Amino acid sequence: MTLGAWLHLIRPGDVLVALAGLAVCVQTVLLLWQGGAPDGVVVRAGGKVFAELDLSRRRIVEVPGPLGLTRIEIEPGRARVAADPGPRQYCVRQGWLSRAGAVAICAPNQVSLTLTGRGADYDALNY
Amino acid sequence: MTRSTIELVPSVEDHRIARHAAAAIVLTVAEAAIPLPLPGVKPGLANIVTLIVLARWGWREAVWVALLRVFAGSLLLGQFLAPGFFLSLSGAIASLVVLGLAVHLPRRWFGPVSHSILAAFAHIGAQLVVARLWLVPHDGVFYLTPVFSAAAVVFGLVNGLVAARLLVELAAAERAATPPRA
Repeated sequence: MTLGAWLHLIRPGDVLVALAGLAVCVQTVLLLWQGGAPDGVVVRAGGKVFAELDLSRRRIVEVPGPLGLTRIEIEPGRARVAADPGPRQYCVRQGWLSRAGAVAICAPNQVSLTLTGRGADYDALNY
Repeated sequence: MTRSTIELVPSVEDHRIARHAAAAIVLTVAEAAIPLPLPGVKPGLANIVTLIVLARWGWREAVWVALLRVFAGSLLLGQFLAPGFFLSLSGAIASLVVLGLAVHLPRRWFGPVSHSILAAFAHIGAQLVVARLWLVPHDGVFYLTPVFSAAAVVFGLVNGLVAARLLVELAAAERAATPPRA
């Protein structure tokens, strides 16, 4: 059976139904899979907001704390703590953060990095 | 020993339902052997039989065939009354309801392909609702909705095309079997 014969089995309304189905796919992707995409980053030092930045381009932010400088690296769509003077390096070892609501906290140096955006998993964290 | 006075005489319709249900059950069992990447995503080949019965013999017989397939198929696969059974039962009921409405769409514009895609969406919709309310009471189950709806479009389209082609061939075979009277 040739391709044309298969196409002959499709009626005009069938095309509409298939397109509506595809539209549902696209809508659900946008609704369910884009919710976690971050749109910005908030850097706090000593409990105060140090910088609020967008995630559109590469940059490096150096944040002073009681132990020294915490280096934060930002790339399109993600951010990480690249270096921190803290003894256990928890925030550095978290690696790249790429979901809204993700947080890396360098407690000894009192620096935190938060990704903001719709659909964040947490409203607030307290420590 | 006295002979039983109760005698069940199967009608032509009963035989037809049994034959179609048997074909659907075979497809269900065969499909269970296909390895699938995600639970819940499967072609649903047995629904081809449901679509053909719907187009040729009407909704009532399609309901019989689909439900017999769900019960007998789950018994054969050892899934009877397991979570998977309730998922397929809810999917089958929802798609039968949608098919009951979809057959009233104008035939000129909407064929088996439309019926198949609409039924596939009803199937995943009901399964997601049952899974959310009962099996996984967390909104996380909806995370895979895009995958399921893509599968519904693809497999709905393929099953609908196969059903449409088989309907054409069945009609041709019937014409050949009963030549017009002179």
